[in-house]
Amino acid sequence: MSEFIQLLISGLSAGSIYALAAVGFTLLWQASQTINFAQGEFVMVPAFFVLALSVKLGLPIWLAMPLTVILSVLLLGALFKKLIVEPMHKHGTIPLVIATIALGLLIKEMVKEFYSPLGQPFPSLFPQTVLTVGDAVISVPDIANFVIAMGTIVALQLFLGRTRTGRSMQATAQNPDVAQILGVDIQRMVMYTFLINGALAAIASILITPIYLAKFSNGETLGLVAFIAAIVGGFNQIRGALVGGLLIGVIDNMSATYFSAEYRQALPMILLIVIILVRPQGLLGTSEGRTV
Amino acid sequence: MIRKLAMTTVASMALTSTAAMADVVIADVAELSGAGAAAGAVWHDGVKMAVEEINAAGGILGEKIDLKEYDSQTDPQNSRAMVQKAIDDGAYVLLGTVYSSSTVVNMLVAQQNGVPQITGSESPTITAKGNPYIFRTAFGAQKGLPKLVSYLKDGIGAKKIAVVWANTEFGKGGYDAFMKIAAEQGLEIVADVPTEQAQVDFASDVAKVKGSGADAIFVYLTEEESARFLIEADKQGVELPLAGDTVLVSQKVIDLAGGAANGAFGHVGLSAEAPVDAIKEMAGKFQAKYGYGADHNAIKGYIGAYVIKYVTEQIGEFNQEKFAETMHGLCLDAATHPGVLMDVCWDDTGEMSRESFLVEVVDNAQQISKTLPAN
Repeated sequence: MSEFIQLLISGLSAGSIYALAAVGFTLLWQASQTINFAQGEFVMVPAFFVLALSVKLGLPIWLAMPLTVILSVLLLGALFKKLIVEPMHKHGTIPLVIATIALGLLIKEMVKEFYSPLGQPFPSLFPQTVLTVGDAVISVPDIANFVIAMGTIVALQLFLGRTRTGRSMQATAQNPDVAQILGVDIQRMVMYTFLINGALAAIASILITPIYLAKFSNGETLGLVAFIAAIVGGFNQIRGALVGGLLIGVIDNMSATYFSAEYRQALPMILLIVIILVRPQGLLGTSEGRTV
Repeated sequence: MIRKLAMTTVASMALTSTAAMADVVIADVAELSGAGAAAGAVWHDGVKMAVEEINAAGGILGEKIDLKEYDSQTDPQNSRAMVQKAIDDGAYVLLGTVYSSSTVVNMLVAQQNGVPQITGSESPTITAKGNPYIFRTAFGAQKGLPKLVSYLKDGIGAKKIAVVWANTEFGKGGYDAFMKIAAEQGLEIVADVPTEQAQVDFASDVAKVKGSGADAIFVYLTEEESARFLIEADKQGVELPLAGDTVLVSQKVIDLAGGAANGAFGHVGLSAEAPVDAIKEMAGKFQAKYGYGADHNAIKGYIGAYVIKYVTEQIGEFNQEKFAETMHGLCLDAATHPGVLMDVCWDDTGEMSRESFLVEVVDNAQQISKTLPAN
């Protein structure tokens, strides 16, 4: 039982970080029909911003991390929208998808070329200590990662549901023409969505990299997991992406322990296929309508 | 005027051609990117450093080494293509690859073309295939593991062992060797956990071995996976002894895992911390040149390049067939062949023997606890 509890908490911790990436994935789709196949690289690269700022420029880590969030918002949010999405969007979804695949490859190769192809150690935000609850030994970083990731998603939900700007973003996602008639600056609202995605990617990167190590190829795993989580949970709902991320995290841990370590990578794909066959809109998705 | 210009051009082309022909091509096919970059890139730096030293000292038989590098991308099929390309480019001897899963594939190409290959791979299968052109720079796991198993049993009194291993050519070779030796020594395996290459999340693997009732955990993974495992074990508060062979306690893993590596111990064939002056000197030069510490892969690459020099000078010509023949049964002593750093011998399969060390990680550094004789 103690092993089950440990695995559950560890799975929820990893899953909540996957959910951050999946939520960003969903947001971009809802706001601008952008399927961002560079999302994995968006989560990989902020860790290298932290390393560049702290190791190369000598900034303290407490300063490097918030600066990384700002850099990510600007580069992975604003610049991405201006340089890639806006010029490509008018040509339709497929060219934009291809452009994001190319961007992902470019980011990956640039990190490999300009930083290093080798894995890099990455500082953890939290002390490597454990809590003992009954027979179960629970990792403090796991709990802290879960709290921060879930707190970020809850804060995002509150922002979208309880603020004027958030509701304008929702209106833009649901019906941009009507939103514009009602006086919403839809371009600005879409830009906000991209900025939020940049911030989510940075937070996910800072939380996951102490476990993964900083490496140019991390985006391959993270991008795939974010995509599967978004599809499984429901591509048109934030809470769907959240559930999808948590589910993937827990299933990965549980299946490796109780089913088969050899087939652990296959199970999320099997889940994806089953969901597409049985419930194409995802576990919490709806077959119509879009909300951010 | 035109005639003079043409003659000058022809003469300079001839000179250039002569200079190019005077270089001997040595190819390093290594994991410069992909999951194995932590091993291959360091190996390559070791090779480069040795080649620069050899060239500065006059080269081999008066010819400079033209070192060509090829990135296997840690992909066995790509490594095979790169070995073929290196041979097509005129490689006299091949260095690499480091990952056994690549070497076991690409060494067939070198064998078919009669090109000697000096590898950093440690899977027992590499030298068990009867390939007369393959030679190691570090002995196979089957030679190091008996020393580690004896230490687990007699040194720390372990009876039950949990085994975490990479489900690759490298990992399977070490795993098979360990299981055989553990059975012979009467150790009980209470958890058997295979993992994937480039695996990033080890939470379930750590939880499984932690709850297995083991007295010690044997970890046989490649560099980055070893570091991730140690970080996760530290995160989950694992207090069992963590033992490994070479990689687990390598400098690269210590650098990646930080404090999580402290307390891990293992058997290593080569270490920058070894009580050997030549290794310490090489490690110091490596640190000064590249800005990071040499690990066993850097030392292996360095030795590999020097072996080419010594063997070629022994046979007195650039002859691949004679090179391979000479290496079988060859011993090189470090006193007269300083580039090999420690006395070393090869048998008729290309397997090698050399002294080795028991190591513990203390304060983020290797600490040699015992020097073990060659076997």
